[in-house]
Amino acid sequence: MVARLIPQRIRRKLPSRAVLVNVIALIFFLFCCRPSLVLAQESPYIVSYDHYLEEPGSLEVEYFSTFGTQRGGNDFDAFWTEFEYGATAWWTTEVYLAGQTTFNDSTIFTGFRWENRFRLLQREHLVNPVLYIEYENTNAADKILKEVEGHDVESDYAASNAVLRQEHDHELEMKLLLSSTFKGWNVAVNPIVTKNLLPSEPWEFAYAIGASRPLALKASPNRCNFCRENFIAGVEMYGGLGDAQSAGLHDTSHYLAPVVAWNLPSDWTVRLSSGFGLDDNSHRLLLRWGLSREFSGFGEMVGRLFGGRP
Amino acid sequence: MKTLFAFFLPTGRIGVATIGLVVFGINVCGTFRVLAQEVGAAALKHKRSTYAALAEAPPKAKERKNPFEGDTQAVAAGGKLFEQHCANCHGEKAGGASQGPSLLREEVQQATPGTLFWTLTNGVVRRGMPVWSKLPEPERWQIVTFLQSLNSRSLNPQSLNSQSPNSQAVKPVLH
Repeated sequence: MVARLIPQRIRRKLPSRAVLVNVIALIFFLFCCRPSLVLAQESPYIVSYDHYLEEPGSLEVEYFSTFGTQRGGNDFDAFWTEFEYGATAWWTTEVYLAGQTTFNDSTIFTGFRWENRFRLLQREHLVNPVLYIEYENTNAADKILKEVEGHDVESDYAASNAVLRQEHDHELEMKLLLSSTFKGWNVAVNPIVTKNLLPSEPWEFAYAIGASRPLALKASPNRCNFCRENFIAGVEMYGGLGDAQSAGLHDTSHYLAPVVAWNLPSDWTVRLSSGFGLDDNSHRLLLRWGLSREFSGFGEMVGRLFGGRP
Repeated sequence: MKTLFAFFLPTGRIGVATIGLVVFGINVCGTFRVLAQEVGAAALKHKRSTYAALAEAPPKAKERKNPFEGDTQAVAAGGKLFEQHCANCHGEKAGGASQGPSLLREEVQQATPGTLFWTLTNGVVRRGMPVWSKLPEPERWQIVTFLQSLNSRSLNPQSLNSQSPNSQAVKPVLH
Protein backbone atom coordinates (compact mmCIF):
# COMPACT_ATOMS: atom_id res chain seq x y z
CA MET A 1 0.00 0.00 0.00
CA VAL A 2 2.73 2.44 1.05
CA ALA A 3 4.87 1.27 -1.85
CA ARG A 4 2.18 2.41 -4.28
CA LEU A 5 2.56 5.99 -3.05
CA ILE A 6 6.18 6.03 -4.21
CA PRO A 7 6.58 6.96 -7.87
CA GLN A 8 7.49 3.94 -10.01
CA ARG A 9 10.63 5.63 -11.33
CA ILE A 10 11.98 5.90 -7.73
CA ARG A 11 10.64 2.49 -6.76
CA ARG A 12 12.78 0.85 -9.43
CA LYS A 13 15.89 2.32 -7.83
CA LEU A 14 15.04 0.96 -4.37
CA PRO A 15 16.60 -2.34 -3.34
CA SER A 16 14.43 -5.43 -3.55
CA ARG A 17 12.62 -6.81 -0.48
CA ALA A 18 15.05 -9.70 -0.28
CA VAL A 19 18.00 -7.31 -0.03
CA LEU A 20 16.13 -5.24 2.54
CA VAL A 21 15.35 -8.28 4.69
CA ASN A 22 19.00 -9.33 4.60
CA VAL A 23 20.21 -5.82 5.46
CA ILE A 24 17.74 -5.55 8.37
CA ALA A 25 18.92 -8.92 9.70
CA LEU A 26 22.54 -7.77 9.53
CA ILE A 27 21.74 -4.51 11.33
CA PHE A 28 19.86 -6.46 14.01
CA PHE A 29 22.89 -8.67 14.61
CA LEU A 30 25.38 -5.81 14.61
CA PHE A 31 23.53 -3.59 17.04
CA CYS A 32 21.73 -5.99 19.33
CA CYS A 33 24.62 -8.22 20.28
CA ARG A 34 27.17 -7.35 22.92
CA PRO A 35 30.76 -8.45 22.44
CA SER A 36 32.19 -11.41 24.35
CA LEU A 37 35.46 -13.29 24.57
CA VAL A 38 34.03 -16.66 23.66
CA LEU A 39 34.95 -18.14 20.30
CA ALA A 40 32.46 -20.34 18.58
CA GLN A 41 33.98 -23.34 16.85
CA GLU A 42 31.21 -23.94 14.42
CA SER A 43 31.27 -26.46 11.63
CA PRO A 44 30.86 -25.11 8.10
CA TYR A 45 27.87 -27.33 7.29
CA ILE A 46 24.56 -25.71 6.42
CA VAL A 47 22.56 -28.85 5.60
CA SER A 48 24.50 -31.71 7.23
CA TYR A 49 24.97 -32.10 10.98
CA ASP A 50 27.93 -33.38 12.91
CA HIS A 51 27.56 -34.78 16.44
CA TYR A 52 28.54 -31.66 18.32
CA LEU A 53 25.76 -30.01 20.28
CA GLU A 54 25.43 -26.52 21.63
CA GLU A 55 27.29 -25.94 24.90
CA PRO A 56 24.93 -26.16 27.90
CA GLY A 57 23.35 -22.82 28.74
CA SER A 58 24.47 -21.18 25.48
CA LEU A 59 22.11 -19.62 22.99
CA GLU A 60 23.18 -19.38 19.39
CA VAL A 61 21.29 -17.03 17.11
CA GLU A 62 21.78 -17.76 13.43
CA TYR A 63 20.59 -16.13 10.24
CA PHE A 64 20.84 -17.88 6.89
CA SER A 65 19.97 -16.88 3.37
CA THR A 66 19.67 -19.05 0.27
CA PHE A 67 19.54 -17.59 -3.21
CA GLY A 68 18.26 -20.13 -5.71
CA THR A 69 17.85 -20.10 -9.45
CA GLN A 70 14.55 -21.37 -10.79
CA ARG A 71 13.86 -22.65 -14.28
CA GLY A 72 10.25 -22.13 -15.36
CA GLY A 73 9.70 -19.55 -12.64
CA ASN A 74 11.27 -16.69 -10.73
CA ASP A 75 14.53 -16.92 -8.79
CA PHE A 76 14.15 -16.67 -5.05
CA ASP A 77 15.88 -15.75 -1.82
CA ALA A 78 14.80 -17.84 1.14
CA PHE A 79 15.92 -16.92 4.64
CA TRP A 80 15.59 -18.32 8.10
CA THR A 81 16.55 -17.51 11.66
CA GLU A 82 17.51 -20.17 14.18
CA PHE A 83 17.54 -19.93 17.95
CA GLU A 84 19.62 -22.83 19.19
CA TYR A 85 19.89 -23.52 22.90
CA GLY A 86 22.04 -26.04 24.71
CA ALA A 87 19.64 -27.41 27.33
CA THR A 88 22.18 -29.96 28.59
CA ALA A 89 25.44 -31.42 27.32
CA TRP A 90 23.37 -34.16 25.60
CA TRP A 91 20.31 -32.20 24.41
CA THR A 92 20.07 -29.20 22.12
CA THR A 93 16.77 -27.63 21.18
CA GLU A 94 16.20 -25.18 18.34
CA VAL A 95 13.44 -23.09 16.80
CA TYR A 96 13.50 -21.90 13.17
CA LEU A 97 11.45 -19.14 11.60
CA ALA A 98 11.52 -19.10 7.81
CA GLY A 99 10.43 -16.84 4.99
CA GLN A 100 11.23 -16.21 1.38
CA THR A 101 11.17 -13.63 -1.38
CA THR A 102 10.37 -14.79 -4.87
CA PHE A 103 11.55 -12.13 -7.28
CA ASN A 104 8.77 -10.38 -9.22
CA ASP A 105 6.30 -12.00 -6.84
CA SER A 106 6.17 -11.44 -3.07
CA THR A 107 7.84 -11.89 0.32
CA ILE A 108 6.08 -14.25 2.71
CA PHE A 109 6.54 -16.02 6.03
CA THR A 110 6.63 -19.73 5.33
CA GLY A 111 6.48 -21.36 8.75
CA PHE A 112 8.42 -22.62 11.73
CA ARG A 113 10.34 -25.70 12.80
CA TRP A 114 11.17 -27.08 16.22
CA GLU A 115 14.21 -29.29 16.29
CA ASN A 116 15.75 -31.42 19.04
CA ARG A 117 19.04 -33.26 19.01
CA PHE A 118 19.94 -35.92 21.56
CA ARG A 119 23.41 -37.31 22.04
CA LEU A 120 23.05 -41.07 22.47
CA LEU A 121 26.49 -41.98 23.85
CA GLN A 122 28.27 -40.19 26.65
CA ARG A 123 31.81 -40.55 25.39
CA GLU A 124 33.57 -40.12 22.09
CA HIS A 125 33.69 -43.14 19.81
CA LEU A 126 34.83 -43.84 16.29
CA VAL A 127 31.28 -43.09 15.12
CA ASN A 128 29.10 -40.90 17.31
CA PRO A 129 25.32 -41.14 16.92
CA VAL A 130 22.95 -38.28 17.65
CA LEU A 131 19.17 -38.56 17.30
CA TYR A 132 17.47 -35.65 15.56
CA ILE A 133 13.71 -35.09 15.81
CA GLU A 134 11.99 -32.12 14.20
CA TYR A 135 8.43 -30.92 13.88
CA GLU A 136 7.73 -28.71 10.87
CA ASN A 137 4.74 -26.44 10.38
CA THR A 138 5.35 -24.87 6.99
CA ASN A 139 3.60 -24.19 3.73
CA ALA A 140 4.62 -25.36 0.27
CA ALA A 141 6.19 -21.95 -0.48
CA ASP A 142 9.01 -22.84 1.94
CA LYS A 143 12.18 -22.71 -0.15
CA ILE A 144 14.98 -22.81 2.40
CA LEU A 145 15.96 -26.25 1.06
CA LYS A 146 17.47 -27.11 4.41
CA GLU A 147 16.77 -30.68 3.50
CA VAL A 148 15.81 -32.11 0.12
CA GLU A 149 13.49 -35.05 0.67
CA GLY A 150 11.65 -37.78 -1.19
CA HIS A 151 10.81 -36.68 -4.72
CA ASP A 152 11.41 -32.94 -4.17
CA VAL A 153 12.36 -31.45 -7.53
CA GLU A 154 12.95 -27.95 -8.91
CA SER A 155 9.60 -27.72 -10.69
CA ASP A 156 7.79 -28.03 -7.30
CA TYR A 157 8.90 -24.47 -6.57
CA ALA A 158 7.96 -22.86 -9.89
CA ALA A 159 4.39 -21.82 -8.99
CA SER A 160 3.63 -18.40 -7.55
CA ASN A 161 3.67 -17.76 -3.80
CA ALA A 162 -0.09 -17.20 -3.81
CA VAL A 163 -0.62 -20.76 -5.04
CA LEU A 164 2.12 -22.46 -3.01
CA ARG A 165 1.16 -20.93 0.32
CA GLN A 166 -2.28 -22.57 0.15
CA GLU A 167 -0.76 -25.96 0.91
CA HIS A 168 0.16 -26.51 4.58
CA ASP A 169 2.55 -29.18 5.73
CA HIS A 170 2.79 -30.63 9.21
CA GLU A 171 5.75 -32.95 9.13
CA LEU A 172 7.82 -34.99 11.51
CA GLU A 173 11.41 -35.39 10.47
CA MET A 174 13.92 -37.74 11.99
CA LYS A 175 17.61 -38.05 11.30
CA LEU A 176 20.33 -40.23 12.66
CA LEU A 177 23.39 -38.02 12.76
CA LEU A 178 26.48 -40.19 12.46
CA SER A 179 29.70 -38.30 12.76
CA SER A 180 33.35 -39.05 13.21
CA THR A 181 36.37 -36.84 13.82
CA PHE A 182 39.87 -38.09 13.10
CA LYS A 183 43.13 -36.17 12.55
CA GLY A 184 41.20 -32.92 12.25
CA TRP A 185 38.81 -34.29 9.64
CA ASN A 186 35.11 -34.53 10.40
CA VAL A 187 32.88 -36.81 8.38
CA ALA A 188 29.14 -36.66 8.94
CA VAL A 189 26.50 -38.94 7.42
CA ASN A 190 22.82 -38.18 8.03
CA PRO A 191 20.15 -40.64 6.86
CA ILE A 192 16.77 -38.84 6.97
CA VAL A 193 13.14 -39.99 7.15
CA THR A 194 10.19 -37.62 6.99
CA LYS A 195 6.50 -38.20 7.55
CA ASN A 196 3.80 -35.76 6.64
CA LEU A 197 1.31 -36.09 9.48
CA LEU A 198 -1.52 -36.67 7.01
CA PRO A 199 -2.14 -40.45 7.07
CA SER A 200 -2.35 -40.61 3.28
CA GLU A 201 1.18 -39.24 2.78
CA PRO A 202 4.03 -41.77 2.56
CA TRP A 203 7.31 -41.78 4.47
CA GLU A 204 9.98 -39.90 2.54
CA PHE A 205 13.71 -40.60 2.54
CA ALA A 206 16.75 -38.41 2.10
CA TYR A 207 20.43 -38.11 2.93
CA ALA A 208 23.06 -35.52 3.71
CA ILE A 209 26.80 -36.15 3.83
CA GLY A 210 29.55 -33.76 4.81
CA ALA A 211 33.32 -33.68 5.28
CA SER A 212 35.34 -30.79 6.65
CA ARG A 213 38.68 -29.84 8.18
CA PRO A 214 40.18 -26.69 9.74
CA LEU A 215 42.88 -25.09 7.58
CA ALA A 216 45.30 -25.39 10.53
CA LEU A 217 45.20 -27.86 13.41
CA LYS A 218 47.40 -25.91 15.80
CA ALA A 219 46.35 -22.60 17.34
CA SER A 220 48.62 -19.63 17.02
CA PRO A 221 49.58 -17.88 20.29
CA ASN A 222 48.09 -14.54 19.29
CA ARG A 223 44.50 -13.43 19.03
CA CYS A 224 43.76 -12.99 15.33
CA ASN A 225 40.92 -12.79 12.86
CA PHE A 226 42.66 -14.22 9.83
CA CYS A 227 44.61 -17.10 11.39
CA ARG A 228 44.26 -20.30 9.41
CA GLU A 229 42.79 -22.17 12.37
CA ASN A 230 39.76 -19.86 12.25
CA PHE A 231 38.74 -21.22 8.85
CA ILE A 232 37.10 -24.60 8.33
CA ALA A 233 36.53 -25.76 4.77
CA GLY A 234 34.58 -28.71 3.52
CA VAL A 235 32.03 -30.08 1.16
CA GLU A 236 28.54 -31.44 1.60
CA MET A 237 26.20 -33.43 -0.59
CA TYR A 238 22.49 -33.88 -0.07
CA GLY A 239 19.40 -35.09 -1.88
CA GLY A 240 16.22 -37.15 -1.88
CA LEU A 241 15.90 -40.92 -1.97
CA GLY A 242 12.23 -41.25 -2.91
CA ASP A 243 9.45 -42.38 -0.62
CA ALA A 244 7.96 -45.57 0.79
CA GLN A 245 5.83 -46.09 -2.33
CA SER A 246 8.66 -45.52 -4.82
CA ALA A 247 12.05 -45.51 -3.19
CA GLY A 248 15.12 -44.85 -5.30
CA LEU A 249 16.87 -42.11 -7.20
CA HIS A 250 14.33 -41.52 -9.99
CA ASP A 251 12.63 -38.10 -9.85
CA THR A 252 14.88 -36.89 -7.08
CA SER A 253 17.25 -33.94 -6.86
CA HIS A 254 20.81 -33.83 -5.54
CA TYR A 255 23.31 -31.12 -4.70
CA LEU A 256 27.03 -30.82 -4.15
CA ALA A 257 28.15 -27.79 -2.15
CA PRO A 258 31.62 -26.61 -1.13
CA VAL A 259 31.32 -24.89 2.26
CA VAL A 260 33.52 -22.69 4.39
CA ALA A 261 33.15 -21.28 7.90
CA TRP A 262 35.07 -18.40 9.39
CA ASN A 263 35.03 -18.44 13.19
CA LEU A 264 35.89 -14.98 14.45
CA PRO A 265 37.38 -14.36 17.91
CA SER A 266 34.49 -11.97 18.58
CA ASP A 267 32.22 -15.04 18.66
CA TRP A 268 30.73 -14.51 15.24
CA THR A 269 30.70 -17.19 12.60
CA VAL A 270 30.28 -16.56 8.90
CA ARG A 271 29.38 -19.45 6.60
CA LEU A 272 29.39 -19.53 2.81
CA SER A 273 28.23 -22.26 0.48
CA SER A 274 27.59 -22.56 -3.21
CA GLY A 275 25.49 -25.58 -4.08
CA PHE A 276 25.36 -26.99 -7.56
CA GLY A 277 22.50 -29.14 -8.80
CA LEU A 278 23.74 -32.55 -9.91
CA ASP A 279 20.84 -33.55 -12.14
CA ASP A 280 18.10 -32.03 -14.28
CA ASN A 281 15.62 -32.08 -11.39
CA SER A 282 17.80 -29.83 -9.22
CA HIS A 283 18.08 -26.07 -9.03
CA ARG A 284 21.18 -25.16 -10.97
CA LEU A 285 22.62 -22.98 -8.22
CA LEU A 286 21.96 -22.48 -4.51
CA LEU A 287 24.08 -19.72 -3.03
CA ARG A 288 23.93 -19.69 0.74
CA TRP A 289 25.43 -17.53 3.44
CA GLY A 290 24.92 -17.49 7.16
CA LEU A 291 25.84 -15.38 10.13
CA SER A 292 25.68 -16.65 13.68
CA ARG A 293 26.61 -15.57 17.15
CA GLU A 294 26.80 -17.47 20.37
CA PHE A 295 25.60 -16.03 23.68
CA SER A 296 27.35 -18.02 26.38
CA GLY A 297 25.75 -18.18 29.80
CA PHE A 298 22.31 -17.30 28.45
CA GLY A 299 20.58 -20.00 30.51
CA GLU A 300 22.32 -18.85 33.67
CA MET A 301 21.29 -15.26 32.97
CA VAL A 302 17.65 -16.29 32.56
CA GLY A 303 17.91 -18.43 35.72
CA ARG A 304 19.16 -15.40 37.68
CA LEU A 305 16.19 -13.37 36.43
CA PHE A 306 13.94 -15.88 38.11
CA GLY A 307 15.90 -15.97 41.34
CA GLY A 308 18.19 -18.94 40.68
CA ARG A 309 21.44 -19.19 42.66
CA PRO A 310 24.45 -17.58 40.98
CA MET B 1 -30.15 -1.28 31.48
CA LYS B 2 -29.37 -3.42 28.45
CA THR B 3 -26.99 -0.75 27.16
CA LEU B 4 -25.27 -0.61 30.55
CA PHE B 5 -24.99 -4.42 30.60
CA ALA B 6 -23.64 -4.44 27.04
CA PHE B 7 -21.09 -1.81 28.06
CA PHE B 8 -19.85 -3.69 31.12
CA LEU B 9 -19.92 -7.20 29.65
CA PRO B 10 -16.84 -6.84 27.43
CA THR B 11 -15.09 -4.77 30.14
CA GLY B 12 -15.78 -7.55 32.63
CA ARG B 13 -14.38 -10.15 30.26
CA ILE B 14 -11.24 -8.12 29.81
CA GLY B 15 -10.97 -7.80 33.60
CA VAL B 16 -11.39 -11.52 34.15
CA ALA B 17 -8.90 -12.22 31.39
CA THR B 18 -6.40 -9.77 32.91
CA ILE B 19 -6.74 -11.32 36.38
CA GLY B 20 -6.38 -14.76 34.82
CA LEU B 21 -3.22 -13.68 33.00
CA VAL B 22 -1.74 -12.17 36.17
CA VAL B 23 -2.47 -15.35 38.17
CA PHE B 24 -1.02 -17.45 35.35
CA GLY B 25 2.05 -15.20 35.22
CA ILE B 26 2.63 -15.47 38.97
CA ASN B 27 2.36 -19.25 38.74
CA VAL B 28 4.79 -19.43 35.84
CA CYS B 29 7.28 -17.13 37.61
CA GLY B 30 7.00 -19.16 40.81
CA THR B 31 7.55 -22.39 38.94
CA PHE B 32 10.59 -20.95 37.16
CA ARG B 33 11.95 -19.67 40.48
CA VAL B 34 11.70 -23.09 42.10
CA LEU B 35 13.16 -24.75 39.02
CA ALA B 36 16.05 -22.27 38.88
CA GLN B 37 16.87 -22.94 42.55
CA GLU B 38 16.71 -26.70 41.98
CA VAL B 39 18.96 -26.41 38.94
CA GLY B 40 21.40 -24.23 40.92
CA ALA B 41 21.56 -26.76 43.75
CA ALA B 42 22.03 -29.62 41.30
CA ALA B 43 24.82 -27.69 39.54
CA LEU B 44 26.71 -27.27 42.82
CA LYS B 45 26.43 -30.98 43.53
CA HIS B 46 27.63 -31.85 40.03
CA LYS B 47 30.56 -29.49 40.30
CA ARG B 48 31.83 -31.29 43.40
CA SER B 49 31.56 -34.71 41.79
CA THR B 50 33.08 -33.72 38.44
CA TYR B 51 36.61 -34.38 39.68
CA ALA B 52 35.67 -38.05 40.05
CA ALA B 53 35.41 -38.20 36.25
CA LEU B 54 39.20 -37.81 36.02
CA ALA B 55 39.59 -41.25 37.56
CA GLU B 56 37.55 -42.78 34.76
CA ALA B 57 40.29 -42.26 32.15
CA PRO B 58 41.58 -45.63 30.88
CA PRO B 59 45.21 -46.48 31.85
CA LYS B 60 46.40 -46.25 28.22
CA ALA B 61 44.95 -42.75 27.89
CA LYS B 62 46.49 -41.68 31.21
CA GLU B 63 49.95 -42.60 30.00
CA ARG B 64 49.87 -40.52 26.83
CA LYS B 65 52.64 -37.94 26.65
CA ASN B 66 52.01 -34.30 25.91
CA PRO B 67 53.75 -33.49 22.61
CA PHE B 68 53.99 -29.82 23.61
CA GLU B 69 55.43 -30.30 27.07
CA GLY B 70 57.62 -27.33 28.01
CA ASP B 71 56.72 -25.46 24.82
CA THR B 72 56.09 -21.82 25.78
CA GLN B 73 54.35 -21.11 22.49
CA ALA B 74 51.92 -23.92 23.28
CA VAL B 75 51.27 -22.42 26.72
CA ALA B 76 50.41 -19.09 25.10
CA ALA B 77 48.22 -20.71 22.45
CA GLY B 78 46.57 -22.89 25.09
CA GLY B 79 45.88 -19.79 27.18
CA LYS B 80 44.16 -18.19 24.23
CA LEU B 81 42.09 -21.31 23.59
CA PHE B 82 41.21 -21.58 27.29
CA GLU B 83 40.00 -18.00 27.28
CA GLN B 84 37.89 -18.64 24.20
CA HIS B 85 36.37 -22.01 25.02
CA CYS B 86 36.73 -22.83 28.72
CA ALA B 87 36.76 -19.61 30.74
CA ASN B 88 33.02 -19.13 30.47
CA CYS B 89 32.40 -22.22 32.64
CA HIS B 90 35.65 -22.58 34.59
CA GLY B 91 36.26 -18.89 35.23
CA GLU B 92 38.70 -16.50 33.60
CA LYS B 93 41.34 -17.51 36.12
CA ALA B 94 40.48 -21.23 35.97
CA GLY B 95 39.40 -20.96 39.58
CA GLY B 96 35.89 -22.22 38.87
CA ALA B 97 32.57 -20.52 38.19
CA SER B 98 28.90 -21.31 38.59
CA GLN B 99 28.93 -23.91 35.81
CA GLY B 100 32.35 -25.52 36.05
CA PRO B 101 34.73 -26.57 38.83
CA SER B 102 38.10 -25.04 39.62
CA LEU B 103 40.98 -26.35 37.54
CA LEU B 104 43.48 -25.16 40.11
CA ARG B 105 42.49 -27.90 42.53
CA GLU B 106 44.91 -30.68 43.34
CA GLU B 107 42.75 -33.30 41.57
CA VAL B 108 43.30 -31.52 38.25
CA GLN B 109 46.82 -30.28 38.77
CA GLN B 110 48.10 -33.70 39.87
CA ALA B 111 46.42 -35.47 36.95
CA THR B 112 48.63 -36.72 34.12
CA PRO B 113 48.56 -34.82 30.79
CA GLY B 114 46.93 -37.88 29.24
CA THR B 115 44.12 -37.81 31.81
CA LEU B 116 43.41 -34.14 31.13
CA PHE B 117 43.50 -34.74 27.37
CA TRP B 118 41.12 -37.68 27.70
CA THR B 119 38.69 -35.70 29.87
CA LEU B 120 38.77 -32.77 27.46
CA THR B 121 38.15 -35.04 24.49
CA ASN B 122 35.29 -37.03 26.05
CA GLY B 123 33.78 -34.36 28.26
CA VAL B 124 31.74 -35.27 31.31
CA VAL B 125 28.44 -35.24 29.47
CA ARG B 126 26.20 -36.42 32.29
CA ARG B 127 27.55 -33.62 34.50
CA GLY B 128 27.26 -30.87 31.92
CA MET B 129 30.71 -30.73 30.33
CA PRO B 130 30.45 -31.13 26.55
CA VAL B 131 32.89 -33.16 24.48
CA TRP B 132 35.65 -31.02 23.00
CA SER B 133 36.86 -33.33 20.27
CA LYS B 134 35.68 -30.69 17.82
CA LEU B 135 38.92 -28.90 18.63
CA PRO B 136 41.73 -30.56 16.67
CA GLU B 137 44.03 -32.81 18.70
CA PRO B 138 47.00 -30.36 18.76
CA GLU B 139 44.71 -27.61 20.12
CA ARG B 140 43.51 -29.90 22.91
CA TRP B 141 47.13 -30.64 23.82
CA GLN B 142 47.83 -26.90 23.82
CA ILE B 143 45.04 -26.43 26.37
CA VAL B 144 46.48 -29.24 28.50
CA THR B 145 49.90 -27.55 28.32
CA PHE B 146 48.35 -24.31 29.50
CA LEU B 147 46.52 -26.04 32.37
CA GLN B 148 49.74 -27.64 33.50
CA SER B 149 51.51 -24.29 33.39
CA LEU B 150 49.11 -23.22 36.15
CA ASN B 151 50.59 -25.93 38.36
CA SER B 152 53.06 -23.70 40.21
CA ARG B 153 50.43 -21.02 40.63
CA SER B 154 47.87 -23.49 41.85
CA LEU B 155 49.86 -23.96 45.07
CA ASN B 156 48.75 -20.46 45.93
CA PRO B 157 45.44 -19.81 44.14
CA GLN B 158 44.97 -16.63 46.19
CA SER B 159 47.74 -15.01 44.19
CA LEU B 160 45.61 -15.41 41.06
CA ASN B 161 42.44 -14.19 42.66
CA SER B 162 44.10 -11.18 44.23
CA GLN B 163 44.59 -9.58 40.82
CA SER B 164 42.30 -6.79 39.75
CA PRO B 165 38.93 -7.99 38.44
CA ASN B 166 39.72 -6.81 34.92
CA SER B 167 43.05 -8.56 34.65
CA GLN B 168 43.13 -12.13 33.44
CA ALA B 169 45.21 -14.83 35.03
CA VAL B 170 46.16 -16.22 31.67
CA LYS B 171 47.82 -13.02 30.55
CA PRO B 172 51.02 -13.12 32.63
CA VAL B 173 51.58 -16.64 31.36
CA LEU B 174 50.90 -15.62 27.80
CA HIS B 175 53.47 -12.87 27.47
